[in-house]
Amino acid sequence: MTETLKLTAAKIRLLGLEMVYGAASGHLGGSFSSADILTALYFQVMRIDPRRPDDPNRDRFVLSKGHCTPALYPALALRGYFPQERLKQFRSIDGHLSGHAEMHHVPGVDMSTGSLGQGISAAVGMALAGRADGRPYRVYALLGDGEIEEGQVWEAAMAAAKYRLSNLCAVVDVNGLQIDGRTADVMPSEPLDEKFAAFGWQVLRADGHDFDSLLAAFAAAQQSEGRPAVILARTVKGKGVSFMENNPGWHGKAPNEEQYLQARAELSATLEKLEGSCHE
Amino acid sequence: MSETIATRAAYGQALVSLAQEYPELVVLDADLSGSTMTAGFARAYPNRFYNMGIAEGNMAGVAAGLAACGKKPFYNSFAMFAAGRAWEQVRNSIAYPRLNVKVVGSHGGLSVGEDGATHQCIEDYAIMRAIPGMTVVSPCDGPEMRLAVRALLEYDGPAYMRLGRLAVDSVTDEIPGYRFQLGKGVLLRPGQDVTIAATGMMVQMALQAAEQLQAEGVSARVLDFHTIKPLDEELLLQAARETGAVVTTEEANIVGGLGSAVCECLAERCPVPVVRHGVRDEFGRSGAAKQVLAAYGLDPAHIAQAAKEAIAKKNDNR
Repeated sequence: MTETLKLTAAKIRLLGLEMVYGAASGHLGGSFSSADILTALYFQVMRIDPRRPDDPNRDRFVLSKGHCTPALYPALALRGYFPQERLKQFRSIDGHLSGHAEMHHVPGVDMSTGSLGQGISAAVGMALAGRADGRPYRVYALLGDGEIEEGQVWEAAMAAAKYRLSNLCAVVDVNGLQIDGRTADVMPSEPLDEKFAAFGWQVLRADGHDFDSLLAAFAAAQQSEGRPAVILARTVKGKGVSFMENNPGWHGKAPNEEQYLQARAELSATLEKLEGSCHE
Repeated sequence: MSETIATRAAYGQALVSLAQEYPELVVLDADLSGSTMTAGFARAYPNRFYNMGIAEGNMAGVAAGLAACGKKPFYNSFAMFAAGRAWEQVRNSIAYPRLNVKVVGSHGGLSVGEDGATHQCIEDYAIMRAIPGMTVVSPCDGPEMRLAVRALLEYDGPAYMRLGRLAVDSVTDEIPGYRFQLGKGVLLRPGQDVTIAATGMMVQMALQAAEQLQAEGVSARVLDFHTIKPLDEELLLQAARETGAVVTTEEANIVGGLGSAVCECLAERCPVPVVRHGVRDEFGRSGAAKQVLAAYGLDPAHIAQAAKEAIAKKNDNR
């Protein structure tokens, strides 16, 4: 099963690369670090139906690190929310595939995000509404480990614990980098586990590039009683492209032609290898 | 005998009285429910009230999430924090996604009084008005406030509403044919020489100013712009054409609020002399509310003075 997920994640990364190269702008580093997390959510964990994107009982997802659309939009397209062809309109004036996640024009997006620290608050509101209405849905939010420097994240963390939102699961994409460098240098946020625990959350850890690890964490989060859960997912920024990995320079930069061809070759090789093993 | 009540008190009553009719209505507050008057709703409907603590940015975002799931959230704090502290959350999490959140700022303007400049929000009209698609409402008295709350519950979209701290005399319930409609102004008093366009509790002062002017032989028309955005341009243009001079009055900075909205419209469509009355681009300070208002010239006498200036400019142009 995880072989299929790996294959999907590889397709997402390749599509994300095409989008950012085509648009000559966009955020690949964080998209690649979160591609496996998004794959796990959209292709295994969340109860969703692309034919009914407005189903009031659907699970919700909020991309609090709203710039990682080169991972989210391909995931939505591959899941069947809209044609893959539309990805070519990314960041283009001719389409409505906005640089940051946008809920009215992009089917499957549950909340418009982009300004860091705000998505998690909306996720808290969605979880409150679900509980008030007795709906069974769960709410997932993906944050960056740079993003959590925003004070609002911790305001939301307090509120989620106050209201015992066990239907809320946050995932932090802990890739250790932000625009200006290492998070440890820009603004140290560790120990994240102790911080979230002190705020009243159930803390889970996962390897953000290992589907067995991620799925186990999501399963444990669903068992959380009386408190929200957070999965601290260790990741590699730029995962999948050798020269982008662990390099903060690839936060929000588009590759030139040479870089694009090399990245495409690497991601294609990964994809072909996975396709081969899936067909064996 | 007409009712004297603070708009914040009428607002709190309206929330409670409309709660059954609008089951999607939920109320959020940031540790000020006694002052913003949402405490009554909290007691009556504890399961539909969320006290988010002193964290307005998060409160705005939570309200957005509630609205995205079909609720009709009204979130509350002092105007300074509801509109000011959480401005960027209102802009990006509420207005940009066009979510059905009502941002309610109590204790607007200088009439906060003793708490002083840090709590006297005089920029809320301007900063909320600058957000695309944002409706901005500022009712003047209790009866108008009750109608505004119902109208905002019926309206599906983002809106900001200012409430006042002070008890004010009701005036709109004595106007024959008065009807509240979001986005429409109201003619409160006919007049030919000058138009006074007012919002919030300056409406009552505008009516008093019109009385004073009448005694001096000046006929002043008074318009109540309970909705600052979208501005009722037709009502304004008709008044500008018929009176040829306009005064705006607001308990807010004259930069960016009702005065600016009126000037923008008239400069483009019917240039007539305009005098903006309000806080003249300076911070407030501590003092008893009425003394602070007087110190900044927010009283009927100064409105009447502004009206005479506008008429003089009109006459100079002839």
